Amino acid sequence: MRVVLAEDLFLLRDGLVRMLEAFDFEIAAAVETGPELTRALADLAPDIAVVDVRLPPSHTDEGLQCALAARRARPGLPVLVLSQHVEQLYARELLADGVGGVGYLLKDRVFDAEQFIDAVRRVAAGGTAMDPQVIQQLLTRRRADDRPLGRLTPRELEVLELMAQGRSNAAIASQLVVTERAIAKHTSNIFAKLSLDVSDDDNRRVLAVLAYLDQGR
Amino acid sequence: MDTNGDSGDTDADTTGGRRTRAVALVGARALALAVVALAGSIVLFVLTVVSIVLVPVGVGIVTTPWVLAAVRGFANRRRLVAARWTGVRIPPAYRPVPANANPWARCFHLLGDPAVRRDLMWLPVDMTAGFVTALLPAALLLYPFEGFALAAGLWRVFTDGTYVGWWYGFVPVGGQLSALAAAALGAALLVVGVYTAPFLLRVHFLLTRSVLASGQGELAERVRVLTETRQDAVDSSAAELRRIERDLHDGAQARLVAMGMDLGTIDALIEKDPAKARQLLAQARRSSAEALTELRDLVRGIHPPVLAERGLGDAVRALALRMPIGTEVDVDLPGRLGAPVESAAYFAVGEVLTNAVKHAGAERIWIDVHHTPAHGGMLRISVTDDGRGGATIGAGSGLSGVERRLGTFDGVLAVSSPAGGPTMVTMEIPCELS
Repeated sequence: MRVVLAEDLFLLRDGLVRMLEAFDFEIAAAVETGPELTRALADLAPDIAVVDVRLPPSHTDEGLQCALAARRARPGLPVLVLSQHVEQLYARELLADGVGGVGYLLKDRVFDAEQFIDAVRRVAAGGTAMDPQVIQQLLTRRRADDRPLGRLTPRELEVLELMAQGRSNAAIASQLVVTERAIAKHTSNIFAKLSLDVSDDDNRRVLAVLAYLDQGR
Repeated sequence: MDTNGDSGDTDADTTGGRRTRAVALVGARALALAVVALAGSIVLFVLTVVSIVLVPVGVGIVTTPWVLAAVRGFANRRRLVAARWTGVRIPPAYRPVPANANPWARCFHLLGDPAVRRDLMWLPVDMTAGFVTALLPAALLLYPFEGFALAAGLWRVFTDGTYVGWWYGFVPVGGQLSALAAAALGAALLVVGVYTAPFLLRVHFLLTRSVLASGQGELAERVRVLTETRQDAVDSSAAELRRIERDLHDGAQARLVAMGMDLGTIDALIEKDPAKARQLLAQARRSSAEALTELRDLVRGIHPPVLAERGLGDAVRALALRMPIGTEVDVDLPGRLGAPVESAAYFAVGEVLTNAVKHAGAERIWIDVHHTPAHGGMLRISVTDDGRGGATIGAGSGLSGVERRLGTFDGVLAVSSPAGGPTMVTMEIPCELS
């Protein structure tokens, strides 16, 4: 799998390259500025882009803007955005086109290599990887004034949280140490309580949940 | 005795001579001033009016700076003589014109300068009251000499002694006798003139200063405000630095120390007790994650990353998204603001939002952020909530902190919060968009 990586800090870029290579990814390019990223995304047609939000020369949200522009040019281009801080505002912009294949994670998540690589693979496959903090923020807001959400059991909320992060039933089951069938049951309960259409497609399911959590804002 | 008397006489003579010369000088200066004030101010006033009228046509754009420079030269000349002749200081306070400004920008920069406007207001004053106050001392010193001349025989030019041929002041001159009366009046006027002329000349310059110089009271008030807000800014930034130091010291720093210690222990244990080493490794990783979280929160408190990346509008939107209650944001900012203003405005909004949630028990908040270019640019932010109201800018309340924060930028905070709500907090900060 070919990766374009954009990160301006040498130590982090180097570390990410080594980690990705250790997990058999091919680094198509490792760049450090916005313009370089735009060029690499256009020329190299990678399977996934791993992008730092803040990039030179402007040191604003240049990485995010480049990623969004690249996705407009090539809808569904898998993009995993990394940042020192997560903002629901940015998550919403990444999810706005509703096609999936987006990830938005805190840089801290690279501490857990396996989970991070899992997120990269998920996004590359067209799935979603949302940082737990984003989901936490969404849930805190929604729970204050949302009745259907209030009807979920604590366990169902837990499952919803992991689901919104983009995890598959299998991953959720192994994290909560229950069977996949139990998770499937929880999910159908959650969808019924929130009056969402059940879908077999994991990806569409995640997007539906995220849209539900972010609606009316 | 004689010698003493002589020397006394000489003394009197020299002081008298000096006084005469001084008074004559005052008279000459006053006369020159009256002439210059009248002619100069009328000419410059007419030129200015014509030039400004021609601005819409285009010619005025080029001529106005020239005319205004002449007016400034005229006013500066007066400032100079005021200080030199009577010690009245009229400090100039012109704003510097940008070095490479085009004629258009130059013209409007000059017309927008309060000091230039004061110059223009001064011209009509100078041609009327200024002229009179300059002429009066000159007249008091020169007019008596006409009286003396009449008594010395000038009266014969006007009359043959049988009718009133000339009026000197209120004295009808109709012969030698009345001419002597005129001389007496002249002498009286001269005495008055000698003693009052220097003061009258000073009155002219005081009048000039009252129009040309910016108000002293206003200035004193400004100095007071600046001193106060500077103190506040220094105090709050010192307190802020202390808080950051403490947070780093007790937080991230301590965690990194713990992490280093764990790594050392792991190094020692890795062969003896791999299970224990792995356990410590997990702990070290947790410590590093916690240190990062703490640093992140600290950074958010110093300068939120969204603010740096996106500016005030999106930073307020992101802030609203973090609120536990429904918050609507309406932003109209066509550009970025200066970083210090952005930061002050952001934290002010944050404080007001916290108040609304914590104290007002609001269920909904509306935030409106917009910038108007009028009056040199003004950022207006209003935060309205449907809480129970009763908020005041009192000692120790979060709002007085906001007021101090805005004060550094000459910003204003207004709170309307009747008991029972709603509360509307309005903030205004004069600033330009970049």
